[in-house]
Amino acid sequence: MMTDKKPILRVTNITKSFGDITILKSVSIELAKGDIKILIGPSGGGKSTLLQCINCLVLPDSGEIELDNKRIHFTRKQDIYRLRQQVGMIFQDFNLFDHLTALDNITVALRKVKKMSKKEAEKRARLELKQVGLDDKEDLYPAQLSGGQKQRVAIARALAMDPKILLLDEPTSALDPTLIGEVISVIKELAIKGMTMIMATHQISLIHNLADEILFMEDGRIVEQGPPGALLAAGNTSKSQGFCDLLDKLSEVEE
Amino acid sequence: MQNALSVVFDSLPYLLQGSFLTAGIVVFAMFLGLFIGIFMSVGLVYGNRYIRYILTVYVWIFRGVPVVVLLFLFYFGLFAFLGLNFSAFATVSIVLGMTTGAYQANIFKGAILSLPQGQFKAASALGMSDIQAIKSVVLPQMLRLSIPAWSNEYSIILKDSALAFVIGAPEIMARTQFVASRTYQHLSLYITAGIIYFLLTWAGVIGLRKLEQYVRIPGYSQHGNQ
Amino acid sequence: MELSPFYQDLFTSLNSGLLMSIALIVPSAMGGVLIGITAGAIRTYGNRFFRTIIDCYAAVFRGTPLVIQLFVLYFGLPNIGIYLTPYLAAVVGFTLCSGAYQSEYVRGALLSIKSGQYLGAQALGFTTFQTIVWIILPQAFRRAIHGCGNEIIYLIKYSSLAFIVTCIELTGAGKTVATEYFRFTEVFGIIGLYYLALVSLAIIILKKIEHRLFIPGFGHH
Repeated sequence: MMTDKKPILRVTNITKSFGDITILKSVSIELAKGDIKILIGPSGGGKSTLLQCINCLVLPDSGEIELDNKRIHFTRKQDIYRLRQQVGMIFQDFNLFDHLTALDNITVALRKVKKMSKKEAEKRARLELKQVGLDDKEDLYPAQLSGGQKQRVAIARALAMDPKILLLDEPTSALDPTLIGEVISVIKELAIKGMTMIMATHQISLIHNLADEILFMEDGRIVEQGPPGALLAAGNTSKSQGFCDLLDKLSEVEE
Repeated sequence: MQNALSVVFDSLPYLLQGSFLTAGIVVFAMFLGLFIGIFMSVGLVYGNRYIRYILTVYVWIFRGVPVVVLLFLFYFGLFAFLGLNFSAFATVSIVLGMTTGAYQANIFKGAILSLPQGQFKAASALGMSDIQAIKSVVLPQMLRLSIPAWSNEYSIILKDSALAFVIGAPEIMARTQFVASRTYQHLSLYITAGIIYFLLTWAGVIGLRKLEQYVRIPGYSQHGNQ
Repeated sequence: MELSPFYQDLFTSLNSGLLMSIALIVPSAMGGVLIGITAGAIRTYGNRFFRTIIDCYAAVFRGTPLVIQLFVLYFGLPNIGIYLTPYLAAVVGFTLCSGAYQSEYVRGALLSIKSGQYLGAQALGFTTFQTIVWIILPQAFRRAIHGCGNEIIYLIKYSSLAFIVTCIELTGAGKTVATEYFRFTEVFGIIGLYYLALVSLAIIILKKIEHRLFIPGFGHH
């Protein structure tokens, strides 16, 4: 699974503080094509900020981000726009554009950012909606979609931009338990197709089945990392193991 | 400049006396409007087709015709035509009360409609009559929901009360105009009147905000619901 | 059928008054919206200094009667050597007052846009300008239109105050005829109908626009 391909994304020593509070303390990640890395750990540990830093939605105070061996200069707007076009982002609360239909949520970025023609953009958008099983919902507005459907549109929107990497920030945690399944299966399909991903999640099934590597974050640092086979092996006393046990118990209670 | 300030200073007590009449107009109009608004809103929501139709026409007229036109119509026209000899003060209070009544009816109607359906049903299930249910379940909730909009109405009535001078009620504005026409210190005097109205407006708005907090029940706020 | 001299006089006066009313309302409404958008944007996104200034502007014009504002402009300014024609004084007063109220609706609309909308656009590689044009404005416009439309309806009614600064519009024209013939009930009743027609027309147009722009999730109850 861990290949020797050269990394497409290299994040080195990222630091970020808000006021007096340091959220990220020198975090580094490398990602090769097809890798799936899963961030776990207690909330407030910096997972969400790390993902937003990778997409420059939050600018790091220091550190470097390299995409395809090209360094992103945080002061150059063009660098940042280019980075964002190639690194897709899925948010916990979807962030679909409320005034646009499912279809237009996808076409707006293709047309305005990628300068595609309307016809081309719509063709692509329909294809993506079909991939996530929503080809019959293209004319509905976000207010008319369920949470699970919104998240699937959001995924289709990100994929339509042909991202090299997808960042997922707890994609299922704002969803009703009955709607989680449909989103999980879409994410699993992406994994099968070889999408490169970094995902923060508490979904035990995603952690077990998809992760090439688990990164356990706590207090702004990656304190443990390794393949799930090793970290979550029976009898292991790793933090990750303890955390997943806790998640297991919680999910049993829910059922 | 010297002269302007001394005119303002000398006439200030006279101008401020006008605020009693202004306050009288506002208080009278607010309560008349409240009274009209409550009855009309109940009629608009629970009344039969004809009642709803008549009330809707009333709202349409009083929301569509300017206050000045209504003042002229009632003071020089209708009241005289009907043989009623109302003072300018009474006319302004009634006209503003009827106008704000139309707006308040809509505010209360919106508040009643925003109450969960179950409230009325639960009251009926306990054996209350329709009127009892409206009085002890619907109205207390509706009035609380309406306070923010009410504070808006207060500020509108206060400012509209300055139009009373067109029919000669001696409130703040009319007194200012009277002094200005004799001293020719228009600018400073009207700015002074503006400051008085400004203070009255925001004092009332803040007072009503306090009232809103005072009668607050957990779960009832216009802001909290959404 | 011949109309009596009274009605002939009345309708001639009212119709020319109506033209003046429209000449007051249209530029004031447009100016008010323009100021409202600018002031609303500054009150939401501006730095502290400009925000404070524009907040004060809005508080002053919303906290004092329009008639006082008109008196200051028309009767007050000559005290410091500035003379405005009745028409100009009325339009300036209406525009400034209306703009203050409009800014309130614009500000409310801008504040109601969730931060996730900006984030979502940025994550897709939108520039700030693209985000404003394609995401923020279409949403803000839909959230503000109801309030802004109502404000224009208020403006139609309050244009009746122009006669107080001797700009003879609908109300002023009618008042002259009423005083001449001493027939107040009929004259002001008919003026009322003129305003009802204007306001109702504006409401219908506003409803049409709102209906056209309706999107689930942006409705107004």
